[in-house]
Amino acid sequence: MRELSLHVLDIVENSIAAQARTVEIAIREDNHLDRMYLRVCDDGTGMDEATAAAVVDPFVTSRTTRKVGLGIPLLKAAAEACNGALQLHSTIGKGTDLEVEFQLSHIDRMPLGDIASTMLNLVIAKPDIHFIFRYQVDDRAYVFDDGPVKQELDGIPLSDPMIITYLREELESGIQMLQAEPA
Amino acid sequence: MPAIKNLDDLKRIREEALEKRKVKTAAGQIEVIVGMGTCGIAAGARDTMKAILEDIQSNNRVGIVVKQTGCIGLCEKEPIVQVVIGDQAKVTYGKVSPEVARQILKDHVADGKVVQNHIVTL
Repeated sequence: MRELSLHVLDIVENSIAAQARTVEIAIREDNHLDRMYLRVCDDGTGMDEATAAAVVDPFVTSRTTRKVGLGIPLLKAAAEACNGALQLHSTIGKGTDLEVEFQLSHIDRMPLGDIASTMLNLVIAKPDIHFIFRYQVDDRAYVFDDGPVKQELDGIPLSDPMIITYLREELESGIQMLQAEPA
Repeated sequence: MPAIKNLDDLKRIREEALEKRKVKTAAGQIEVIVGMGTCGIAAGARDTMKAILEDIQSNNRVGIVVKQTGCIGLCEKEPIVQVVIGDQAKVTYGKVSPEVARQILKDHVADGKVVQNHIVTL
């Protein structure tokens, strides 16, 4: 995948498959430390240690029992190619916490890409899941919590044209503000 | 279209949307489902989803519920889009580029004509 934001979409699909009700997505760019972090945290069913190890490296598990895809190993390989790492902590009944980090300035680090589209996609197409999105660039941050919107709409499709317009403007302006050079 | 700036505006929009939905429900709920597994995303499903949301916005198509699902086992046919209108049988489309997605919304969702050349038989 060419963009980190596409990986976000993909990793969150695991949370959805694990029956998560709340998914927190946090992206942090630290120019001083020259690191970029992505964290996806859910309250889904969680995994035992063996399964958590297997999803990170599916090549060591036997095919017959394998229920995992290539999404996490792809992201892990991308991080390791950029002086980074992927860590996965999971507890059965509590949820899963995935954190990946990259060297921000590494020549091979994929761009964040269209994270606004990823978030718009998730918020709208997964109406039953509560998403909290945090994006931080150095000491500036943007937070979007879709809880209030989803409660307020209560039954109205989030794919209503006016709602799409609202959500798109909210996400795009918040993200663009962070990506613009600080004044 | 009035811009929404805060939650009060959302409440108003909600009332308006509820009214519109009363009219629409008679014709049956419309669901558009996009496959968003690793295979779908790698094949461009986010662009397909983006095109669907933009088309709904620009053509003011109300009463459509857009959802996403995981891998349905037809990875080579991704991006996959399924359309369910009322109690009619589900129609599955494969290789749905943004352009094909716009065609599906216009021909199938709006006009009721299935886009034959992109159907996938399950």
